[in-house]
Amino acid sequence: MSNIAAAFAHGKAFIAFLTAGDPSIEASERFIDALIEGGADLIEIGIPFSDPIAEGVVIQAANVRSLTHGTRLDHAFELAAKVHAKTETPLVFLTYLNPVFHYGYEAFTARCAQVGVSGLIIPDLPFEEQGELKGIAAAHGVDIITLIAPTSEQRIAAIATEATGFIYLVSSLGVTGVRSEITTDLGAIVRAIKAHTDTPVAVGFGVHSPEQAAQIGAVADGVIVGSKIVSLIAEHGEDSAERLRDYARQMKEALRSR
Amino acid sequence: MNSAEARFGDFGGQYIPETLMNEIHALEAAYARFSADPEFIAELDALLHDYAGRPSRLYFAGNLSAELGTNVWLKREDLNHTGSHKINNVLGQCLLAKRMGKTRVIAETGAGQHGVACATAAALLGLDCEIFMGLEDTVRQSLNVYRMELLGAKVNPVTSGTMTLKDAVNDAMREWVGRVDDTLYVLGSVMGPHPFPMMVRDFQSVIGREIRAQLAEATGGRLPTAVIACVGGGSNAIGSFHAFISLPEVRLIGCEAAGEGIDTERHAATIAKGSIGVFHGMKSYFCQDSDGQIAPVYSISAGLDYPGIGPEHAWLHATGRAEYVPVTDEEAVTAFEKLALTEGIICAIESAHAMAHLSKIAPEFGPDDHVVVTLSGRGDKDVAAIARYRGKQVTE
Repeated sequence: MSNIAAAFAHGKAFIAFLTAGDPSIEASERFIDALIEGGADLIEIGIPFSDPIAEGVVIQAANVRSLTHGTRLDHAFELAAKVHAKTETPLVFLTYLNPVFHYGYEAFTARCAQVGVSGLIIPDLPFEEQGELKGIAAAHGVDIITLIAPTSEQRIAAIATEATGFIYLVSSLGVTGVRSEITTDLGAIVRAIKAHTDTPVAVGFGVHSPEQAAQIGAVADGVIVGSKIVSLIAEHGEDSAERLRDYARQMKEALRSR
Repeated sequence: MNSAEARFGDFGGQYIPETLMNEIHALEAAYARFSADPEFIAELDALLHDYAGRPSRLYFAGNLSAELGTNVWLKREDLNHTGSHKINNVLGQCLLAKRMGKTRVIAETGAGQHGVACATAAALLGLDCEIFMGLEDTVRQSLNVYRMELLGAKVNPVTSGTMTLKDAVNDAMREWVGRVDDTLYVLGSVMGPHPFPMMVRDFQSVIGREIRAQLAEATGGRLPTAVIACVGGGSNAIGSFHAFISLPEVRLIGCEAAGEGIDTERHAATIAKGSIGVFHGMKSYFCQDSDGQIAPVYSISAGLDYPGIGPEHAWLHATGRAEYVPVTDEEAVTAFEKLALTEGIICAIESAHAMAHLSKIAPEFGPDDHVVVTLSGRGDKDVAAIARYRGKQVTE
């Protein structure tokens, strides 16, 4: 059992994503501090990958920027360790499976535990393939955070029953990126999930505005924002901290109304 | 589905986003049903015969045989409609897409052979078609881009990553995740998540079945001593090998692209230089760095310019059942020229990798041996690039 439950202990959770090393590891640390000050309940640190197949153009570009600046896996671990040393806010990694596999499941999850990373979100590791990693991660107190999509349908029961940490509900078809409108009946999917588990459900993909956060907060336990934060960083570069603090404050405020 | 069925030993699997899982399961179920349906099989066989021109010839290369001191047979996939083995797979998958009620297919392409084949099958069967092709490849193979457009397909130049084949696969997957209802992703090789490696192999295994029957017919029942084919993702190679995997007396040899050499950074030799990883839906061998980032790869051949290899090949390598060898650009170009001069056949630069290896190992074979090389495609598309490689400018 990880400390992820703590993220859902203060009302509806605001979960903030950024790509480690975009534009620099030092900046990522300042940005995470700012997001937490603004009210983020959980930080999702993206490990940059050469081929992020689940990402839209905004986060793809952040991956390219980070890798071009020379971000290595070690830097992401060091970033997590620094943040963890000064905050209790839970941290998770978003990573594609290959860096984890290549590092070794045992070594990777042991190091996650060491640096204070409580969970792993792996977009290319669906439920049926989680067995090879999940037990090893659990032995180190690291949750494999499973995803459920609008297309999951009859698979929801099995996935939800086994879920730990939180469930990442994908709002709509497609890759990550800001969407003006989310047409999926999220309430119905959340109800289907809740019939099988008490694990909190947070909604991501396309979420960016306080209005959306308030709407989704009415049916789910939290929202996850990635592309909007990454686009603020792309726009303001090293000077993004203040904007991110304000943005997190607005989002958390919108969720408090729920 | 039992996940063991999705694997070749430990290789393979279904490492894909959750959004695609139900669709992949639907594809598995549809393939299981229609691949056992006599009506589907008859329709596909008729298309392969009447439209694609199968069976392709198994040609005894007399001049080359005399020179090398053994019996050299060329499996002429280059003579198929659209000029390569790719037509075998796309007719199968597009027919399946129709049976599944899909109205649209998408595909990745490197050299353009799979893209052209897919656009062809889509035109024939009345499906909408969009092709994803790395921007760099659209420049290297601009004639194929126009061919696809003539066939009614929309070609999307891919500007992400290294702008080559792996990035085209990334963008095709991203497109599929956004639109599963009416669309089938027609993967071009024995790669990706299950059931693609199995399904594409099945559609391509007609190559090996024909080789076995044609050689037996021509030689009074002999089996090949060796079957040699080029390997990128590995579909023509698996197609050539599959009928012989259970016959250990037949040597199976896959030829990877070594580019400027496996002692340089500029190669696509996955087995020689890669390590086990998980990418594009499958556990297999990949060219990658010490952080597990997928490495940029290089080959003169756009069709072999891929950082991975199909999981069944990974398994054949790991178990020692097949041999995988690197072949450089220089060796392939020399073999390309030699085949033109000795047999009057201009083969694809991909296939020339297999011809190059034959020349290297010919001394291992004698007059009583029969060696089959699969010519996966024809070389018209490569003529300008070969001229450039030799320092000559030609206008297409």
